[in-house]
Amino acid sequence: MASESLTSSEYIKHHLQNLTCTIKEGHFHCAHSAQEAKEMGFWAINLDTVLMSFLLGTIFLFFFTRAANKATAGVPSGLVNFVEWVIEFIDSSVRGSFSFKNSLVAPLALTIFMWIFLMNLMDLIPIDFVGQLIALYDPHMYFKIVPTTDPNATFGMALSVFFIVLFYSIKMKGLGGFVGELTLQPFGKFGLPANIFLEGVNLIAKPISLALRLFGNMYAGEMIFILIAIMGSTWAGFTIANATLFSSQILLSLIWAIFHILIITLQAFIFMTLTIVYLDMAHQEHH
Amino acid sequence: MNINATLIAQAIMFAVFVWFCMKFVWPPIMNALAVRQKQIADGLAAADRGKHELELAAKKATQELHAAKEKASDIIAQAEKRATEIVEESKTNAKTEGDRIIAGAKAEIEQEVNRAKEGLRQQVSELAVAGAEKILRKEIDAKAHADMLKTIANEL
Repeated sequence: MASESLTSSEYIKHHLQNLTCTIKEGHFHCAHSAQEAKEMGFWAINLDTVLMSFLLGTIFLFFFTRAANKATAGVPSGLVNFVEWVIEFIDSSVRGSFSFKNSLVAPLALTIFMWIFLMNLMDLIPIDFVGQLIALYDPHMYFKIVPTTDPNATFGMALSVFFIVLFYSIKMKGLGGFVGELTLQPFGKFGLPANIFLEGVNLIAKPISLALRLFGNMYAGEMIFILIAIMGSTWAGFTIANATLFSSQILLSLIWAIFHILIITLQAFIFMTLTIVYLDMAHQEHH
Repeated sequence: MNINATLIAQAIMFAVFVWFCMKFVWPPIMNALAVRQKQIADGLAAADRGKHELELAAKKATQELHAAKEKASDIIAQAEKRATEIVEESKTNAKTEGDRIIAGAKAEIEQEVNRAKEGLRQQVSELAVAGAEKILRKEIDAKAHADMLKTIANEL
């Protein structure tokens, strides 16, 4: 609990609010309520999402670059071995789903997998841990440490992937081929409106499903952590009921966290695999 | 949960990370992996070759051993043959030598016997003549009866 005066619903809201900041009337200002954050409109930035994802991306690249510099044909050391293991896993995934030659796809897949994995991993840090530390500095400050529970992060990535897919679709098939794919199938040129509708939905669904799947899973997981955390928050003196709630909170968050290890890895893997598959489809000529 | 400029920031960050990864992470590691893969393949091939060579060497060694054994038994047989030959030869030699020595000895003995006989004959005849001289002293003239004495000596 952030403070004793908080109700459960306030607690949940507090945990689901990003640290939204913008420059208003010449100086930097961060929202103190969801309402205020909403009023900031599009030209605001979720500082917590950006900071955390930048930090995690940097950590990923730092260790992987270190390993890359140390990698030799000899016996690999611990870090190098781990990094090689990850890279071989990504490489075999890419080889399995992507049948063309493109030097972008594998590093893209690696970045997606590791970055999303690390961002999701933040979900395993006890939810009040960082929040309370921040509250020591400013009790009105929001801070969500899991960037993937912010749709901005997932849509940012999914839209980037979408543009890469569009780029390669047009590059490989030509603008005509790409437009033809959208308009001339599955019903031929006489079913043009139906074709556009079906293929358009198909196309738009790609980034949306990518972004929403990841966001939804992580958001729901976070939500359950919050709900579990509320169980023990009604603590008011040592009674059997309070003790039971408190110990079930500990037990349940442990179980959910263990289960979550699977989910965060799986979500990172799904995002990566779908990206590879979409890019493979973008390279494929339709018959 | 509002969509705002964070979206753009995230997209830019993502692009930068991917670019960095593509430039500084992926190629060196894949390179190292490829080189190591080649090394391992080479090593395995070398091991196979070594194994093959070992097999060949073992086969050759057995062959050599076999040949050496054969040669050794040949040599031994030859030596045995030679040894019997030598023994036989020396036996024959010894026999001839012995025979020769025996023959020589026999001849010498005969010679000695003859010489002794001759000496004895001489002495006997001289003794006989001396005896007869003593007995006949006057009656027998040595010169006149020399022919007779010689005949007697020859008859003895």
